[in-house]
Amino acid sequence: MAQTPASPEPPVDLPSLERSLRSPRTLFSAFCSGVCGLLTVLALLPLFSVLVMLLYRGGTKVLTAGLTLFTELPPAAGMVGGGIGNALIGTLVVVGIATLISVPIGVLGGIYLAEFGPRTRLAETVRFMAKVLTGLPSVLAGLVVFAAIVVFTGFSALAGGLALAILMLPTVLITAEDALKMVPQRMREAAFGMGCTPTQTVWYVVLPTALPGILTGVMLAVARAAGETAPLLFTAFFSNYWMTARLNEPTPSLAVLIYNFSGSPFRNQQDIAWAASLVVVTLILIANISAQIYTARTKTR
Amino acid sequence: MNESTPPALQESASRPPTAWELGSDRLFRTLTTLFSALTIALVVFIVLQISFTARPAIAQYGFGFLTTDTWDAGKGQFGIRPAIWGTLYSSILGVGLATILGVATAIFLTQDFLSPRVALVLENIVKLLAAIPSVVYGLWGIFVLIPLLRPVADALHQSLGWIPFFGTRLAGPGLLPAALVLAVMVLPTITAISRDALAAVHPRIREAAYGLGATRWETIFGVILPTASRGIYASVLLAFGRALGETMALAMLIGNNNEIRLSLFAPGNTLAALLANQFPEASRSEVPALMFAALVLLAITLAVNVLGTLVLASASRHVEVR
Repeated sequence: MAQTPASPEPPVDLPSLERSLRSPRTLFSAFCSGVCGLLTVLALLPLFSVLVMLLYRGGTKVLTAGLTLFTELPPAAGMVGGGIGNALIGTLVVVGIATLISVPIGVLGGIYLAEFGPRTRLAETVRFMAKVLTGLPSVLAGLVVFAAIVVFTGFSALAGGLALAILMLPTVLITAEDALKMVPQRMREAAFGMGCTPTQTVWYVVLPTALPGILTGVMLAVARAAGETAPLLFTAFFSNYWMTARLNEPTPSLAVLIYNFSGSPFRNQQDIAWAASLVVVTLILIANISAQIYTARTKTR
Repeated sequence: MNESTPPALQESASRPPTAWELGSDRLFRTLTTLFSALTIALVVFIVLQISFTARPAIAQYGFGFLTTDTWDAGKGQFGIRPAIWGTLYSSILGVGLATILGVATAIFLTQDFLSPRVALVLENIVKLLAAIPSVVYGLWGIFVLIPLLRPVADALHQSLGWIPFFGTRLAGPGLLPAALVLAVMVLPTITAISRDALAAVHPRIREAAYGLGATRWETIFGVILPTASRGIYASVLLAFGRALGETMALAMLIGNNNEIRLSLFAPGNTLAALLANQFPEASRSEVPALMFAALVLLAITLAVNVLGTLVLASASRHVEVR
């Protein structure tokens, strides 16, 4: 083996490779890092302010009113006491109706997109339209339902649910498709090999496997719908009374209650608006967290 | 050797599907096709329903609807130029501010300033911003932001009133609080999409820049931001689309005043806020005019959103090619 002669390495001038901490370039970099961190803090400041206000004003009301907050009707102007019982039930009912409408449509549509016709022109169009629907201003969903239904039947929980369903549908559809696509192809092939029809494959193999992912999408959609106000203003409207078993009457909701009481000059109504906000945000967080639990479950599989 | 097979194996584990199974398969496939087509039908229905209800107003007011300033149901005069102005003004202000804050947050999250665990926590906190409903931001704006801004705004008006942006006092609701709340609301959109775009930049590119002797921020400005630019543009466009259609917080904070003012502290109006404020009490003659305004809002938001979606699609293609 030929011995390589010690090549005359050019002497490395190490100090010249170091950058002085006081050089303008380094200083500029440090300055930018500082500004960037500051802007991040500034961006999060409103969130903390909102949370603090919710806990402070809403929390105080929840603690002082106790259970009566959830069992009494909203107070009239200038009255003391009162609660958000009917609005809480109304929100749950309207969001429930919206879920019952949007989930079957979204999941079955998602099955078509992921399983039966992923590359068809219909599927491409549906995906595009779903993205368009995601960007639909929520107030327009309310207007459409108003013009198509409320004009003829009056304000109702059903109309409110329908308006929210329009807003939930794209989320459910897109996440259902994504969840179904995550199912490994070999599971489908195994089912086909057993002689399953495509429908049996979907029902017995693909859907159960994708279920956590689909539920994630449903919970995210529910979380979004629970706080929507604008579409309910013209569809479910509001009511100061308890809901009856009939779904064709004006229906209260927490979101509209917050809106109505936000402009009130009376301290009690303002406090109830904050308490209702705290309850809505808590509901939304519960939905979001359960969505993340489902996501985690999908990943561990 | 016993020739007869055990009875359990006589029937194979797999068998061809029965006629009923084949029939139900065909039925189910048709059903899913119909349900997915329902999404298209829904979009078409929304556009048609709004256009159809707006038709009397379109015929009556025509193009002048977009260029006149009065909204008076009593006199039957309807014009949405102030609302269009307010929509664009508040959205541009809000999204501009949110872009600075949101992109800075996205850089802070992705460029190794934080340990991965802290970055993940921070990312979830930003997502939390998106979880809070519009109406709660409106409530916060009324009870926290406006009282906070008023002394500042009035001081600015006193000392710098000759600048048109500070031309009025902040009497309560106004453009500035609305734009600020809008910025908070679209911030998660910008941060989330920009973060993905920045995270998609291959580490090799950054290492190459470091190897050439670039400082951290020379790398970010010179290499990483340009590489991720399409994703960032898309995030801004999608945030803009969201800001244009944002309703409740604006209806509560902007003041519902149909005037075109340059002042940041003057009350104004937006298309969505106009709909939310006027529609519940609308008379029969007012409904078509409101639907006309809704149609304009639909057209603007659809255009911006479609553009944003296309840019985002091209951004992800751009990354894949690399």
